[in-house]
Amino acid sequence: MKIVILGCGKVGNTLIGALAGEGHDIVAIDKNPEVVEEIFNLHDVIGLCGNGIDSDTMLEAGVSEARLFVAVTDSDELNMLACYLARKLGARHTVARIRNPEYNDDSLVFFKQNMNISVTLNPEMLVAHEIYNILKFPSAVKVETFSGRNLEIVEIIIKEESPFVGIKLSELRKKYSEKFLICYVVRGDEAYIPSGDFELKTGDKIGITASHNEILKLLKNIGTFQKNPRSVIIMGAGRSTFYLAQKLINIGVNVKIIERDAQRCVELSNALPSAVLIHGDGMQYEILKEEGIASSDAFIALTGTDEENILCCLFAKEQKVPVVVAKINRSDLAVTAEGLGIECIVSPQKTVTNVVSRYVRALKNSIGSKMETLYKLMDGKSEVSEFKVREDFAYAGVSLTTLNLKPNILVAGIVRGKKPIIPTGADVILPGDRVVVIAAGQQLDDLGDIIKH
Amino acid sequence: MMNSKLVFGVIGRLLEILAAILLLPMLVSVIYRENTFISFLVTALISLVTGIVLHILCRKHDRTIYAKEGFLIVALSWLVSSFIGSLPFFLSGEVPSYIDALFESVSGFTTTGASVIPDVEALSHGILFWRSFTHWIGGMGVLVFIIAFATNFTERSIHILRAEMAGPVVGKLMPRAKDTTKILYIIYIVMTVVQIIMLWAGGMNFFESVVHSLGTAGTGGFGTKSDSIAGYSPYIQWVIGVFMLLFGVNFNLYYLICTKHGKFALKSTELWVYICMIIIATSAIAINISPMYSSLSETIRTSFFNVTSITTTTGYSTADFNLWPTFSKGIIFVLMFIGGCAGSTAGGLKVSRVVILFKMIAREVRHLIHPRSISTVRFEGKEVEEHTQRNIANYFAVYMMFLVGLLFIVSLEPFDFETAVSVTVTCFNNVGPGFSFAGPMASYSEFSNLSKIVLSLAMLMGRLEIFPIVIFMFPSSWNRKK
Repeated sequence: MKIVILGCGKVGNTLIGALAGEGHDIVAIDKNPEVVEEIFNLHDVIGLCGNGIDSDTMLEAGVSEARLFVAVTDSDELNMLACYLARKLGARHTVARIRNPEYNDDSLVFFKQNMNISVTLNPEMLVAHEIYNILKFPSAVKVETFSGRNLEIVEIIIKEESPFVGIKLSELRKKYSEKFLICYVVRGDEAYIPSGDFELKTGDKIGITASHNEILKLLKNIGTFQKNPRSVIIMGAGRSTFYLAQKLINIGVNVKIIERDAQRCVELSNALPSAVLIHGDGMQYEILKEEGIASSDAFIALTGTDEENILCCLFAKEQKVPVVVAKINRSDLAVTAEGLGIECIVSPQKTVTNVVSRYVRALKNSIGSKMETLYKLMDGKSEVSEFKVREDFAYAGVSLTTLNLKPNILVAGIVRGKKPIIPTGADVILPGDRVVVIAAGQQLDDLGDIIKH
Repeated sequence: MMNSKLVFGVIGRLLEILAAILLLPMLVSVIYRENTFISFLVTALISLVTGIVLHILCRKHDRTIYAKEGFLIVALSWLVSSFIGSLPFFLSGEVPSYIDALFESVSGFTTTGASVIPDVEALSHGILFWRSFTHWIGGMGVLVFIIAFATNFTERSIHILRAEMAGPVVGKLMPRAKDTTKILYIIYIVMTVVQIIMLWAGGMNFFESVVHSLGTAGTGGFGTKSDSIAGYSPYIQWVIGVFMLLFGVNFNLYYLICTKHGKFALKSTELWVYICMIIIATSAIAINISPMYSSLSETIRTSFFNVTSITTTTGYSTADFNLWPTFSKGIIFVLMFIGGCAGSTAGGLKVSRVVILFKMIAREVRHLIHPRSISTVRFEGKEVEEHTQRNIANYFAVYMMFLVGLLFIVSLEPFDFETAVSVTVTCFNNVGPGFSFAGPMASYSEFSNLSKIVLSLAMLMGRLEIFPIVIFMFPSSWNRKK
């Protein structure tokens, strides 16, 4: 599929890497020649130096034949205008990054309609949402929801004292009555789809599929359950802080925000009257101590500097804060931070890339079963995707054991109506179901792809 | 750190592809019932076995490459191809000395067309075909071929393209390197087939049409006769002349024409400079040599043919330009340096580099006169960036230094100075024929082994634009820790 991407910043770069890796034809535009050169060297794409509003540049990039145009420059206005022009020049679909909170209210619908933008991206909002999910499930590293919260995949790390250590998966099912499925295991650099005789070890990251209530019960059962946080400290007062604090305040959490810039503190305190704003440098541990870091339930570092976020989170871990989340932009640093013991890491680029990849896959197979959700694990080596089963699904009503599934594919959950089913071999896929599938080392575009031909 | 597993894995794949390529000349040998087919079979087997071994040994590797690996892969694969290419010559016994066989093979892959074989007519069909086929493969590049047709090579193949494809900047036609190289190869194949048909229609026999078309397409210059093209009809000479001209043009322009963006192609500065250069050189030589030929048409044809042959660094000839007046020889000597357009199969400095160099000089002069003036160097309607300019200036300096260095070694030969100079220049620019003892009707058989090795190196450097070979020869590039 031909895709034109405008803006090769942090998000643009990750997006280009992911989409080029999936085999799409990509033309990248940026106004900075050095950035373009870098992109050209790193990825198998065409790099073009120019202004995204200039129709000559747009035509040279082949916008008129492009299926998708993605604008991810720093400027919301430029992104919107570029999408509008791209659409007028013949691009079939457009995606714009719009992150200013002022635009992200009712006016967004107006913009989308009048500027012909198919999808808008707000990385900060997406990040805030991701962190919010983690905070609602404080024992998890990561929470992904499917089919409107009817089914969840919760990622937890197996600690030394966990009852899961040294247990084979087949025994696990007998031991616990809850309906759940361990759908993937990440150990070191490898992601596995475990079979019954897979033995869990300390340090494994496991993905558990189940309905929300079953997961709660299970976590209580194994003793890793933690209560929802009542007080949260957020460092840095960027846009994601705003969205996150808003969400948290709505559910009655005490939010404390530490920010270095006085002006920004004033702005935020106007926007969020119930939040406590502290003007100070979060890198001064004295301030963190003074604000009671040791007694808070969660610490979230959302400043613009990865290094600062990592260091502060390490400090918070030292102070025994139960939940510590760091925003890390650069993927190399994320790996290092994980090695240092920071388990919860969010990255705006990765979140955005997931959203765009999912949209691209959905465009690709407009005839097949539509992909609804897509999460990438392990830098895209494995994927979790949700499909809506269409009426004409060829294998409807065939039990999973008789379906000839490809290796490294797992049907992790089926949602029928609003009822989640944790599938066993006897379950079937019916039209209208939503099916959550995990694939290791391969790409799924369509539900039909899971069956060996 | 060096990703040596990746480098050798690619070499393994290259050897497998070479083994497949060798089946073609073998087929020719079988058709003509020549026993040279055994030498091709043996070479193919050697290539296949080592290829598979390397491939298996280096199976598990990290697929990311950096600029350094790109250069090393390119240099190493050209050395390996030259070695494999030399085996059929040597094993068949048609080139008895191994150094000669190697020289012939390097000359073939680098599309130079300088031959050590004094009597070309005595060669078997299989070997004649193989000589020209190495031109065809080497013209566009072996690794470009692999990138175009092998699956999931590497995401950063741009480093390989940059090291193997000639010219100051590498542009991509399509977002993916694989598609770009595929298009280039398709254009290349179509043009070659058209030429074969046109030559065949003009009364040349099919085998010779194929051999000459392959030689023209790669801008190489190996033929089937000792007197090159001189013995063929004027029609054949015109066809080959025009096709040499076409293969010296940047292939990207053909793509633009195919996709109905022809008007952009016609705006190309490089194209116009190239064409004007050929017209001016042809006319000047035609006037200069007119007393030697009886008819006007013959004068123009001879002049045009030899000018395009030298400019595109092919090296076919219809006349012994050794006998021409010094002025004509002077023009030919200068054309050897300039070469064809960037992105074509031709060698030399490339027209675009020369144009940019002149523009840089003009800017420098302007700056001397108006020290406060600020101006940019523009080419093809765009600003030439500072680092590209620096790259071109450096390339020119390195090019001249190596030329002089090589000349010193070649001048150890007992020939006159004209021979030594022209031989170095002609090999370094992948042209083929030189002056005096290395003229178009002579061969390189008289040279010593040392010179043959040095000239082979010169040809490789010229084809790969020096740097890959230099980087390859620095031990520090192979050091894992550096």
